[in-house]
Amino acid sequence: MKLLNFILGRLFVYVMVLVVGMTILFFVPRFAPTDPVDAMLAKVASQSGYMEAAQVDALRASLADTFGLQGSMIDQYGAFLKRIFLTADFGPSLSMYPTPVTELIARALPWTFGLLFTATIIAWVLGNFVGLLAGWRPESNPARVMEGIAICLYPVPYYIVALILSVLFSYVWSIFPLTTTIRGAPWSWDLIRSILWNSFLPAASIVITVFGWWIISVKAQTTALKEEEFIRYARLKGLSDTRLLTRYVLPNAILPQITFLALQIGLMFNGSLITEIIFDYPGLGLLIYSAVLQGDYNLLMGTISLSIVAVATATMIIDFLYPLVDPRIRHG
Amino acid sequence: MADIRHFFQDSPFRLHVGLLLLLIVGCIGLLLPWFAPVDPLEWYTAPRNQAASAAHVLGTTSLGQDIFWLLTWAVRNSLILGLVVAFFSTLIGVFLGLTAGYVGGAADRFLSFLMDALICIPTLPILILLAALFGGQLGLTAAGVALVLFNWPFPGRQVRAVALSMREREFVNVAWFSGESRTRILTRHIFPYLAGWSAANFINTVLVVIATESALAVIGLSSARQATIGTMIYWALEYQALLAKRYVWIGAPVLAIVLLFVGLFLVSSGLAMRSSDRRMSV
Repeated sequence: MKLLNFILGRLFVYVMVLVVGMTILFFVPRFAPTDPVDAMLAKVASQSGYMEAAQVDALRASLADTFGLQGSMIDQYGAFLKRIFLTADFGPSLSMYPTPVTELIARALPWTFGLLFTATIIAWVLGNFVGLLAGWRPESNPARVMEGIAICLYPVPYYIVALILSVLFSYVWSIFPLTTTIRGAPWSWDLIRSILWNSFLPAASIVITVFGWWIISVKAQTTALKEEEFIRYARLKGLSDTRLLTRYVLPNAILPQITFLALQIGLMFNGSLITEIIFDYPGLGLLIYSAVLQGDYNLLMGTISLSIVAVATATMIIDFLYPLVDPRIRHG
Repeated sequence: MADIRHFFQDSPFRLHVGLLLLLIVGCIGLLLPWFAPVDPLEWYTAPRNQAASAAHVLGTTSLGQDIFWLLTWAVRNSLILGLVVAFFSTLIGVFLGLTAGYVGGAADRFLSFLMDALICIPTLPILILLAALFGGQLGLTAAGVALVLFNWPFPGRQVRAVALSMREREFVNVAWFSGESRTRILTRHIFPYLAGWSAANFINTVLVVIATESALAVIGLSSARQATIGTMIYWALEYQALLAKRYVWIGAPVLAIVLLFVGLFLVSSGLAMRSSDRRMSV
């Protein structure tokens, strides 16, 4: 019963997060100093030269539709939500006309997802492992060194690490490619090698920045847990260090780490956007960036709505891991 | 005076190191800009592409700007943005967090829900959208307002949690039964406990705000009319400082931001450690 309540409550929060996010997206264009439709039309007109009056009107209607500027405010809001949640239709891309926005997003999404997912898992597992050991013996030299490194790495933003890595490994020693070019026939070894080769630096920059935080927070957990009665009892019982760590400390230290993962996923997503732009990696970040540069508002609204949905969904999925590791929710 | 000495004596080592780093960066950003001989943003006020020399300590950019003075202005603007946004975010966060935690009921449910929702929404895409709508560049004021909107829930949530636990404490009940008003209980009894947490949160917000603005600036979507640490990196990249092997131009802002962030993090975590120690001991 408790599990069901947990899932239903979380689903409710998920829906409400989406509604708040989309409401913000709905109102943001209305606060802009310039009319986005006019700005857009001017841009299109300057790029394509002469346009028929009828063409301009059709484009204006399509743009007004994209921004949900037709009808009364309440109609607009309803139509906006309906388009995002039910039809997921953002119209054609204006810079890569007439490819639909959804198709461009579908092409970019696997890259962002693959990059962020892999980097997050590596950083989380590695950081928790190192932090757990460091917290178990906080006075030892390796633990101090690891904490020092973590403290210096954690506050440094993603793009700084990305820049430093690209300067070191692409300019100074040209080991890795400066920008991403994926080559190779589909499903071939060449393609896989090319993907791994090109993804190495972007993934490394995300892993390096995130990893410090996991060390710091799991170390604090472990140090606090060590003082608990049940750990002392288990130690007096004569259990080995390995057993103490894996069966007693780890399950308790990992719970808050999952909460933190859920809280951090939005920040990590922000970071991966910038990393992609710096490395020219063909994911969602680069798509958003090119949409801004080319004034492609359809694409921009599509990619940004999707970012919010993606982060909210990822947060919820992580929260659903909770009952798997916390028996109190499962059997409560 | 005794208070200050006490503060320095019982604080952890990391707080000292952090304060020292902040002092250095603060000196660069808040003191030195007053001494800039010319407006460092102005092009061709110095010979172009100079290496470091007595006249130009860090050399000059390929636009004829003195890198050292440009850096002081960039650090100043980033710091001002961070401090102002953090001030308002903390103010709103503490106020609404206290309201939620102490008043409870429907107000708490609504505010908690709003905070949870805002925390889940990624800030950067929304800022990018704003920048696009503002014609490709987001001014510092507009960016600041948006950042306040997305950053108050972090202190808010924490304040709410502390206020909830405070509500059950004996001394708060005693104050309540001796007829003190709600405002007085909040300001005189609960707020002192929150001060340490709020300070840590404030510094954390400064960090997040400067990081987010620079992220926007590095990809060229922040105001180009004002120098910030991020726009300085953007200009260096834009004018191929790397290909020309002019590493100081790009290295100086990168080093400044790293020192600033490590300093801010050390101070904020040092303060958090201190206030959790104190909370345990009460």
